Amino acid sequence: MEPRSRSFYALAIFFGLFILFLYGPVITIGILSFQGPRGGLTFPMNGVSVHWFYDLFEKQAVGDIWGSFRRSFVLGLMVMVCTVVFSVMCGLAFRSRFRGSGLLFYLIITSLIIPSILISLGVGLIFNILDWEVHWSTSGMGSQLTWTLPFGILIMFAVFNRFDKSYEEAARDLGASWWQTIRFVVLPIIAPSLIGVALFGFTLSYDEFARTLLTSGSKNTLPLEIFGMTTNVTTPVLYALGTLTTVFSLIIILGFLLIAYLLRRRQERHGSDAGSGLV
Amino acid sequence: MNAPDKYLELINLTKKYGEVTAVDGISLTTGATQYVCILGPSGCGKSSLLRMIAGHEVVTSGDIVLEQNNITDLAPADRGSAMMFQSYALFPHLSVRDNVAFPLKMRGVEKSKRHGVAEQFLERVQLDILADRLPSQLSGGQQQRVALARAMITNPQIMLLDEPLSALDPFLRGKIRSELKALQRALAIPFIHVTHTQDEALALADLIVVMNDGHIEQAGPALEVYNTPRTEFVARFLGGHNIVEAEKGKVSIRSDRIKIGSKKTKNSLNATVSEIEYQGSKIVLLARSERDLEISAEIPDSDFFQNPIEVGESVLLSWKADDAHLLAG
Repeated sequence: MEPRSRSFYALAIFFGLFILFLYGPVITIGILSFQGPRGGLTFPMNGVSVHWFYDLFEKQAVGDIWGSFRRSFVLGLMVMVCTVVFSVMCGLAFRSRFRGSGLLFYLIITSLIIPSILISLGVGLIFNILDWEVHWSTSGMGSQLTWTLPFGILIMFAVFNRFDKSYEEAARDLGASWWQTIRFVVLPIIAPSLIGVALFGFTLSYDEFARTLLTSGSKNTLPLEIFGMTTNVTTPVLYALGTLTTVFSLIIILGFLLIAYLLRRRQERHGSDAGSGLV
Repeated sequence: MNAPDKYLELINLTKKYGEVTAVDGISLTTGATQYVCILGPSGCGKSSLLRMIAGHEVVTSGDIVLEQNNITDLAPADRGSAMMFQSYALFPHLSVRDNVAFPLKMRGVEKSKRHGVAEQFLERVQLDILADRLPSQLSGGQQQRVALARAMITNPQIMLLDEPLSALDPFLRGKIRSELKALQRALAIPFIHVTHTQDEALALADLIVVMNDGHIEQAGPALEVYNTPRTEFVARFLGGHNIVEAEKGKVSIRSDRIKIGSKKTKNSLNATVSEIEYQGSKIVLLARSERDLEISAEIPDSDFFQNPIEVGESVLLSWKADDAHLLAG
């Protein structure tokens, strides 16, 4: 092997520190959530137990953990579906340069750089002016979409940039209607990317904080609930909750990856004898 | 073989992209069982022309008539044409069988029936044993044949091929080329084949259409186009021709009709050999005339080695008066 230069080791150490900084907090909370029944919010550990995980399922003095989890989950799914549907439609529309497409594109992307708390404030204000009730499923979803949609659209732009138009022309040539072309050719080909967009939509919504802060109404989503609890709850049950939601997020991501993997496998099953009989 | 005529008629067909004219008022008539090659350099409008016939490009003006039906504004699938794409455009997520059965599926034919028909068509291109594969698991030549089977299943009245051989390696290109010709003969429908490769057009075409800059330079049987190129462009693009200034104007002379002579005549010139290329059955001699004209001569290898010539030598190149063909314009 080639000898490594000295800068390699320096950079490796720097990178190691960066990783530690990235995951240190999560690991710390993970460890502290196994605090003994008499332990506090900080080190040292006073024994090791899963007491606080049990406690999580008991009736809490403050906070509605499971209610807020349910809301966050449903909201995440709603945002995910909207993001996928609108991103695909937007990606299809932007393939042809229509009048004002450039301006529209910048308008969409701009919402990524507007401070999220301002969007939250603005949406809340509009609902107030129109005398509508702010609710996590209406105003909350709307302000979350200002965050997830630009991401989804940017991904779809990249996808359609690489998409070979002759697939669609071939489909039309072979008698497919416009809708059949989308249904049987375009969507199946871009399906793996759609899983990515869906994952983005769900996870961005699931841990969205600032945009939901002033738009969720009287019922909190999970991140808001956790934030509320940090000022009231004084036991490691908070850490247990943090650990559990982190694990939940990981399961969701792995679930999506599994779906992507199975989709690919299903395609490849057709060709199990690949490699034999090539001319 | 070329009757009945007027199977496909292009009438003053024009395509403009904004200010740019890609196809400039083309009129052409082809026979019912002709293999037509549209030949030209890239950007000459040949692909736009084909895509207009296929219905993937909106016609700016003019008409396309197929078997007395005006198909100018019909949807691609309603024209009776089938298009073979340069990239084949096989659907990557569908098996070979499902790719071929795709047109039937769109028409609502039930699964077992359409799979049965698809396999018949795959047998015709000898790929039935690979029906379960995905396109990415096939070689280029196999993909080509799947695309052909898929186009054939629509029962087309005319086949449109956009540079069908350009993605293949040279060895396979020759093989598939003869398969295409055999298929066209078997189907007895016209093939319109767009290419920028001269020998491909010469080998396949009953009718060669040489295009340049949006218009037709010359259209005719392969033999006629090669022996009597109408313009300097055609002669140069086909290759194997020399352009020489004569009394009446420019003439073209096929390289293989130029001999190394000894007697100075009206149909000869002095030149210095600048390059000698050995090409197996023949030798290609490049020479520069006194008027700085580049001349190429193809000499059978046996003739050449009887009287070998060295680079830098002076030679007298001559030809028969009948072999010099006057060019237009």
